[in-house]
Amino acid sequence: MVETSQWGALVLPALLLSFAVAASSFNAVLSARAAGARADLAHPVREFAGLLVQQRRRTLAADSLLWRAAGITLLLAAVLASLVTPLGHWAVSDLSIGVVWFNAMEVVAWAAVWLAGWGSNSAFGLVGGYRFVAQGLAYELPHMFALITAATAAGSLRVADIVAAQRDLWFVVWMPVAFAVYLLSVLAMAFFGPFDQPVGREIAGGVLAELSGVDRLVFLTGRWLLLVSGAAMAVPLFLGGGAGPVLPDWMWSLVKTAGVLAALVWFGRRLPTVRMERFTEIAWIVLIPLTLVQALVVAIVVMP
Amino acid sequence: MTTAVFWLCAVGSVASGIAVFRVDSMARATFALLLSFLFAAVPVLLLDLTYLGVLVVLMMIMEMVVMAIFMIMYMMNPAGLMPMTMVHNQKGSLVIAVGTFLVLATGVLLIPWPQQERARPDDPTMQLGEALMGSKMLVMIVLGLALFATIVSTVVLATHRGRYDRYGDQLERDRPDDPIAGGL
Repeated sequence: MVETSQWGALVLPALLLSFAVAASSFNAVLSARAAGARADLAHPVREFAGLLVQQRRRTLAADSLLWRAAGITLLLAAVLASLVTPLGHWAVSDLSIGVVWFNAMEVVAWAAVWLAGWGSNSAFGLVGGYRFVAQGLAYELPHMFALITAATAAGSLRVADIVAAQRDLWFVVWMPVAFAVYLLSVLAMAFFGPFDQPVGREIAGGVLAELSGVDRLVFLTGRWLLLVSGAAMAVPLFLGGGAGPVLPDWMWSLVKTAGVLAALVWFGRRLPTVRMERFTEIAWIVLIPLTLVQALVVAIVVMP
Repeated sequence: MTTAVFWLCAVGSVASGIAVFRVDSMARATFALLLSFLFAAVPVLLLDLTYLGVLVVLMMIMEMVVMAIFMIMYMMNPAGLMPMTMVHNQKGSLVIAVGTFLVLATGVLLIPWPQQERARPDDPTMQLGEALMGSKMLVMIVLGLALFATIVSTVVLATHRGRYDRYGDQLERDRPDDPIAGGL
């Protein structure tokens, strides 16, 4: 059972933000180690402060309204997506169509990232924005099928029901393909490596090329929050939610989320960047049939 | 509360709809239209049709982003950054728009709407689905298959490089011959 608490809406952003800072620190530590430098845990904090005081860079004939809207929408969407993610047995909202809500909020990233690329009136930014939409067309369908698979097994789109259906056996055990595809698509959605072509170095940072100061801060925070929301949703969908021995359920939710997030960051850095047109082929020719077969197997198993 | 939200969304929807024709950039016009659709999704949510409402939000965002790309692609200036106008054939479109509005508004006012006597059903989405499609399920299923077959055959006809181009006339190549190597 899930209790809803309106007050959770105050805790949720803080909690997501702490995860985002932790993930960003972990990423910075891995970067430092890869470069053979001293680990610098405070790196995100310093970057935060730096961006806060940095003066805005202006570009000629920028569409500032859409450009500013991009970062704010990304940030909002990432937080709103997590409204239905339970922490132990609490959730801010227990919608009967929680999974669809989560999906709808993630799709906002399409608009946000494209707008960020468009708004700056810079060629590199626009290329980055187009790349993200192309990538979106690649990851979204396998992602939806992975979500549907978990919902089919529970016979409900309510996240609480999906958690309850995993009392005996976690979904990750008998639908590993859906789980793997879900994690891949979370990386692609947050344009984190190996799917970081929208912010690729060869196009001078893509959508990030002209973003500076507070705008950049808001956009990057939104991107980390999106990764965190995706990782946090993997727990109720595939990893049994707050289920676990000894520790209280909310603690298990946090531990599992941290585990998934760390795995995503580590894995995302291990692989070389995948071009989005290649990923589209892989997604449509390999991942979609795989997830369809997975959904079929699950549907047959749960058929009454 | 519900009434306030409804009117807020109604006014917001119309205002952003008007904005579509007032702004001078294709990106702004597209996203103003998206905003208008999102405002229109909220009344669906107010009817407790949660699934449909959230689905409208999801579909509209994806659709309008893809639409923005296509609209900009088809513009005179493909960069799309030059000022443009969404208004063409002003008199004709004004007549059509006002006419449609009048017909629909008269319809709203003249139709004897059923009075709500029973309590709302537990699952209005289910009820609506059954009312719309219940007796026509076979037609819907056949239609769905026909649409899907049409999509597949259109793609097959439109594709400019088939497997014979990639693998040779006898399909003899082990690796496809692509302009950009590395595909599946």
